[in-house]
Amino acid sequence: MTLVGIIALIVTSTLVYSTPLILTALGGTFSERSGIVNVGLEGIMVMGAFSAVVFNLEMADTFQAWTPWLAILVGGAVGVLFSLLHAVATITFRADHIISGTVINLMAPALGVFLIKVWYQKGQTDNIQYNLGYYSFPGLDKLPVLGQIFFKNTFLPAYLAVVIAIVAWFVLYKTRFGLRLRSVGENPQAADTLGINVYKFRYAGVLISGLLGGMGGAVFAQAISGNFSAGTIVGQGFISMAAMIFGKWNPIGALGAALFFGFAQSLSIIGAQLPVISSIPPVLLQIAPYLITIIVLVAFLGKASGPKANGRNYIKSK
Amino acid sequence: MNNRNEKIRNILVPILSVIIGLVLGAILMLSFGYNPITGYGSMLDAALGNQRSIGETLRQATPLIFTALGFSVANSAGFFNIGLSGQALAGWLTSVWVALLLPELPKLVLLPLAVLLGALAGAVAAAIPGLLRAYFGTSEVIVTIMMNYILLYVSTYMLQSVMSESLRTSLDSSNQISANASLRLPWLTQLFGGSRVNAGLILALIALVLVWFLMKKTTLGYEIRSVGLNPFASEYAGMSSKRTIVMSMVISGALAGLGGVVEGLGTYQNFFVQTTSLSIGFDGMAVSLLGSGSALGILLSALLFSVLKIGGLGMQTGANIPFEIVNVSIALIIFFVGISYVIRVALTKWMPDSKEELEIVQVIESTPNDQSQEGGEI
Repeated sequence: MTLVGIIALIVTSTLVYSTPLILTALGGTFSERSGIVNVGLEGIMVMGAFSAVVFNLEMADTFQAWTPWLAILVGGAVGVLFSLLHAVATITFRADHIISGTVINLMAPALGVFLIKVWYQKGQTDNIQYNLGYYSFPGLDKLPVLGQIFFKNTFLPAYLAVVIAIVAWFVLYKTRFGLRLRSVGENPQAADTLGINVYKFRYAGVLISGLLGGMGGAVFAQAISGNFSAGTIVGQGFISMAAMIFGKWNPIGALGAALFFGFAQSLSIIGAQLPVISSIPPVLLQIAPYLITIIVLVAFLGKASGPKANGRNYIKSK
Repeated sequence: MNNRNEKIRNILVPILSVIIGLVLGAILMLSFGYNPITGYGSMLDAALGNQRSIGETLRQATPLIFTALGFSVANSAGFFNIGLSGQALAGWLTSVWVALLLPELPKLVLLPLAVLLGALAGAVAAAIPGLLRAYFGTSEVIVTIMMNYILLYVSTYMLQSVMSESLRTSLDSSNQISANASLRLPWLTQLFGGSRVNAGLILALIALVLVWFLMKKTTLGYEIRSVGLNPFASEYAGMSSKRTIVMSMVISGALAGLGGVVEGLGTYQNFFVQTTSLSIGFDGMAVSLLGSGSALGILLSALLFSVLKIGGLGMQTGANIPFEIVNVSIALIIFFVGISYVIRVALTKWMPDSKEELEIVQVIESTPNDQSQEGGEI
């Protein structure tokens, strides 16, 4: 393999593994910025992956090559529905955020596999026919070196995810909606006094996390696993949560962290084909995202941690 | 405040949650064309139908009692130990490894050694988030979640690359442990028709009593509960919050580690590669939440969940209903325990002086808690 070829391989596989993490981490950012801790991201991704695969299998004949793209939207929609459970429990019914998130994580794989068994009489679906394959940007892929690395046979959803991250940053930091969303996560009492509907913005935050988390799961299932089973999503939701923390609850930070974690993940898979990397035990690359998150948490404590009211239920006084 | 009514509510909430969860499970069965009566019937039959199945149900409850106790001890100190599955995994691997390394030792030495080192491994795994929380204020929720995955991958690595080849049969599983390290008791196995129930159950019952004694009758237990209620006041009263926090995590981890030990030395008699976090971790958390952390509550909830789990397997073969419905029901039960506020409010409607009671519920509910993700100051 030529050097450019190796770099192109690393870049592309990093993009593939990062995309689900980017989307889900952005979702987590919205939820936690509004003050609702979401450890249920993992479960939301499971539901996204499940619904996308089922949609893909059932609708492949109708929508042909468009199927995986529509399935991402289906995954997002199901993610929203599922996150509603977390939103109702924590915001309206004042449940503990960690307990409710754990319920989401317990329920999602059980429900997904239950339905798969009911519909397909086995614990694992067939492989999908149309997956999110590789894409070459017309024109750009002819560029010397850069074209081969970034634009030829690359992963289009990754570029969309980067765009979504920039949009998310803009929404959170440059719009009225974003300011209000952040304010209910920092100081709900103050926000309420100023006439902001705390509950409404918290619902918005959680539902956005459901949308993006569901999309993340859908991308993962259709680009990496290719089918759905109990073992499809193992830890990706928690890595996304780690990326959100590593990125200090900022969309651009989350994007960077997700890219980095995606890089570590992809190295643990393709590393065997690469010189130097193949001598690193894969276990180190596998645990890297988790280990780094702990180190970062310990090292950066006190400097702009999470939103102030994160994890606290707001009870409106009469 | 009327304590009696609050106590009644505390007992009714888990009972109602179980009922609602099971009813919703039945509705789910119905909506997919299964008969819930046959379903639950075959569940009970598979879990309690004969001596062997009762033995398996007790066997299933054993690790759950340990992990649930682990969760409850940490929870009393105000911690969410979500790392139970990682700690159990550490205990499982360690105990089996010790047993395989020293197969020649007499049973009286080897078995206690393997059990204790397994518990120690769990304790060490839990001490890390405890220390980080106590000295750096790092959220134990995040650290324990991350450590679950670190331990998951490391355990596979240990088996495949560190353990000597002579100790394992393949890249996927270790050798069987010798009889000298086994928790199986021939008379117990025979009593329950050849099921895998083992001495771990006896250890679990002892642990239930010991933890109850520790929490209610010793200074350390008092300190743990006190720090959980108010770390600042405890500090003023001369307790060391830091020490108490680390101690509670160490005890919690040791108990979770024992949950893994009984799987390794009792149920499976070896260690094999795990692809996902051990289910006894999160199930133990669920058991503890349902049992509201009390010894009796944990025992009953652990038994209930094992009936569901073992029965669920029978439901799959007997009534052709996928096993996963059981896990959906368990999640629903915990969901309703989680939103207990709503149930408490609803219950006041049926109590005399409902207005007064409603206020009590709301006062209790709105007492501030300092559980935030980044960890409060200590």
